[in-house]
Amino acid sequence: MSHKREIGFMLNGVRTRATVPVEMSALAMLREVIGLTGTKYACGEGECGACTIIVDGKSTCACLMFAVDCEDRELTTIEGLARDPLGQRLEQAFVECGAVQCGFCTPGMIVQAKSWLEAHPHASRAEVARAIEGNLCRCTGYVKIVDAIVAVAEKEA
Amino acid sequence: MKVIEKETLIGKRIAKLDAPDKASGKTHYVHDLNLPGQLYGKILRSTRVHARIKRIDVARARALPGVHAVLTATDVSYQCPLGVGKDQLPLKGDKVRSRRDEIAAVAAESEEIAAAALALIEVEYEDLPPLTDPAAALAPGAPVIHDEKTPPLAPHESLKPGAPGDAEAHRHNVAMTFDYEQGDVTVGEALSDVIVDDWFRLHYVTHCCMGVSGIIAEFDSAGNLTLYSNTQVPFLHKREFAEILGMDPGRIRIIQPPIGGGFGSKLDIYPFEPICVFLAKATDRPVKLVFSREEEFIASPTRQPVLLRLRSGAKKDGTLTFRTCETLHDNGAYTSWGATTPFVMMQTISSLYRVPHCKYHTTAVYTNNPYAGSFRGYGNLQATFAVEQHMDKLAEALGIDPLAIRLTNAQDPGEVTPQGMHFKTCGLKECLATAAGASHWREKHTAAIAAQKAPGRYKRGVGMASMLHVGGGAKIYPSDGCGTILKIDDFAHLTLLTGASEIGQGSETVLAQLVCEELGLPLDAVTVVNNDTDITPWDVGVHASRTTFIGGNSALGAARKAKAKILAAAAKVTGLPAAELELRAGHIVRAATGEALMNLARLLRSLHFSDKAELVMTTHYYEPPSHHQDKAFKGDVSAAYAWATQVVEVEVDTETGIVKLLKVTGAHDVGRVLNRLGIEGQIEGGIVMGQGYALTEELIVEDGVVRNPGFRDYKLVTAPEVPAMDIHFIETMDGEGPQGAKGVGEAPAICMAAAVANAICNATGVRIYELPFTPEKVYRALRRESVPAGTA
Repeated sequence: MSHKREIGFMLNGVRTRATVPVEMSALAMLREVIGLTGTKYACGEGECGACTIIVDGKSTCACLMFAVDCEDRELTTIEGLARDPLGQRLEQAFVECGAVQCGFCTPGMIVQAKSWLEAHPHASRAEVARAIEGNLCRCTGYVKIVDAIVAVAEKEA
Repeated sequence: MKVIEKETLIGKRIAKLDAPDKASGKTHYVHDLNLPGQLYGKILRSTRVHARIKRIDVARARALPGVHAVLTATDVSYQCPLGVGKDQLPLKGDKVRSRRDEIAAVAAESEEIAAAALALIEVEYEDLPPLTDPAAALAPGAPVIHDEKTPPLAPHESLKPGAPGDAEAHRHNVAMTFDYEQGDVTVGEALSDVIVDDWFRLHYVTHCCMGVSGIIAEFDSAGNLTLYSNTQVPFLHKREFAEILGMDPGRIRIIQPPIGGGFGSKLDIYPFEPICVFLAKATDRPVKLVFSREEEFIASPTRQPVLLRLRSGAKKDGTLTFRTCETLHDNGAYTSWGATTPFVMMQTISSLYRVPHCKYHTTAVYTNNPYAGSFRGYGNLQATFAVEQHMDKLAEALGIDPLAIRLTNAQDPGEVTPQGMHFKTCGLKECLATAAGASHWREKHTAAIAAQKAPGRYKRGVGMASMLHVGGGAKIYPSDGCGTILKIDDFAHLTLLTGASEIGQGSETVLAQLVCEELGLPLDAVTVVNNDTDITPWDVGVHASRTTFIGGNSALGAARKAKAKILAAAAKVTGLPAAELELRAGHIVRAATGEALMNLARLLRSLHFSDKAELVMTTHYYEPPSHHQDKAFKGDVSAAYAWATQVVEVEVDTETGIVKLLKVTGAHDVGRVLNRLGIEGQIEGGIVMGQGYALTEELIVEDGVVRNPGFRDYKLVTAPEVPAMDIHFIETMDGEGPQGAKGVGEAPAICMAAAVANAICNATGVRIYELPFTPEKVYRALRRESVPAGTA
């Protein structure tokens, strides 16, 4: 139906090519074309942060980005954090601090935390809360999510 | 001699078993699953709130390439009313009664094609007068919303008292009524030195599960149906689906992939679920139907909105004399669990405190508004909002301290209330004292009153509220039980097959903990299977804060049987009496000394590969010792009851009306802490959900239309707004609870709105009777610009 384009980009450190409809979002490309489902759809309008990915070092809502705009960019998703030392520490801290309940917001939270901690390694509790204010969670009340990120920040310090 | 010390898992901070996969993005929710050959379903919903459907033309949609099926009510050979009230068909053919009404559905090769097909369907409506005010819907001569010639079928069997399905009542737009009485309120009124009488208005909020609603339906060649569903009640749904689809329940298998939030929203069956099955049947392909967030806001259930009048009386010394409560429940167009919240509301009215005389009435009225389901707390947030404001008002009228009046009337352990609830354990007085003490409530409360009239833009205040909620299941269905199958393999690895559902709350981990504690095994020696009706034994569902209590007792029962079997075998091998043996760290040990006698895995293998050829496999079905209510709503419905007191501290900006929640001090009677990390998470999350209900969240429904179906305009609490929290656990060691524990899932959300109302009043001297406490509402109330709705 729609016009398609083939694009190339780095995804979690791997050179990747994908053929995508021009109106497709980066979120839909990751989930439906590439098959990485760790990045979640929960609102589709950039309000909840469940689809947070890192593009060229900056955290971004994948639902707000066209897939074709990923051309020549460097993308990191939750799956890519499995091989990243800071990502691993965050994942472990989320588990140990009880920051995960239903888990649907968790990948977006962790990606956001990773992106933010890289630039602000010695974050305070209030700064961490501010850093994840664009990520909604309905289960935890955020307390243990902030605990987990602060625990990693302290270790980094 | 190798000695193994006794170690316990109970009360420890245990990480959730499902957390590593969730934190690494490896968990596959229903949204992430795709079956080979799968089509995508989408639903066309009404654009009118109340109208006759004159014509639906689907010809252009059917002709679109990639479309496999377009269904309307006339295309489905068998439709049966569904839901709690059995007052709607999945696909509406003649009439629409709300903006969410489903009138056609498409299955196509992609979501985009399905959406394009929906846009090609032409519908011609004849508008009917909309009824969106419940009081107007009750007026004589009001248009009738349910004018079906054949009245709805008998409702769910759990709803015999005050049940819907009464055709005569439906002609007056009455969906359900509830009446409860204890003592004689006229006597209570005569004994009263003071009476307070107010209207309270509770608004629409919705669950906002981060994972939107979704389902996949697939038939095999023999006609067996598999559903990948987010339901919280898989075993009840098996039967409901069978009825709706005209199928043998034995041919329906429900698999629950990990669920992205429940909070009660997934307790009823909703039209999209059978519609997805209709599409799968029509196309003979698996069909996946997932909501958009906008659809989730419009077409998933809400919390029950309530207009409530409460009259409360007390003697000079603060002793309560009576309460009368009348509510008008806006039922919306169809009847789901929201309409039945009086079950819980009347418990708070009658039994949170000792009240000798009590009268309760609810009328649930059909309107053309969205309809409410069950939502964490289930009517109790609404009832507690009124009752706990009245405790403060009575105290003020009598010149008594608000803490003292609560202690005067608080329940004690052993009490059997006039409604029939038996509080075998009750930590309410301890909760009150602990929360008040830890928060320095009395000093702050007194200081705030003194400062009310002082100059200054920012005013601080404290408010308290307590709650009573079921904590040992709720016997609403014929059984409130849960089944467990437990098997231990040759390597002492245990598989726990439980009917209980995990929805993120952590039940899987708690059940594993309980079983490992009993069998002396480490947590990594257990696999929990809890998501497949073909494999796991029956459970009534995840609701009513019941899973730790009921599922826990069921798992413990199976573990104890396994332990008895193992120790009997060990006794034979060691020559020691079973009573002198214990299981610790994967070994059989001498109970008195901890001396390791033999490895458990070796014992299991010797049992398996001996002449006896025996495996350790046990089953247990736990039915709590609770009772159904009688027709007068009296009875001991839960095996245990949970209690809590929360004190909140707020700062009110009197120039903007912004209320900042500074701190919450909570004391919760939880029976016993099983997993400290998990229970803290439940309470923190519940507090913030209650904060949203009190301060930020409102689903704005105007003339039957949801005006803010997105997170941009529906304001959930975000991380920087979360208050400081100081949580205390009161361990009353319930005799029936697993290791003494009681249910806690709903409790933390219940007190918040009432406590915030009392805190705003303490800070400013102004009491507000309507939620949520938005800046505009508070600003106007402080200037007495408009009388809070309903108080006129």
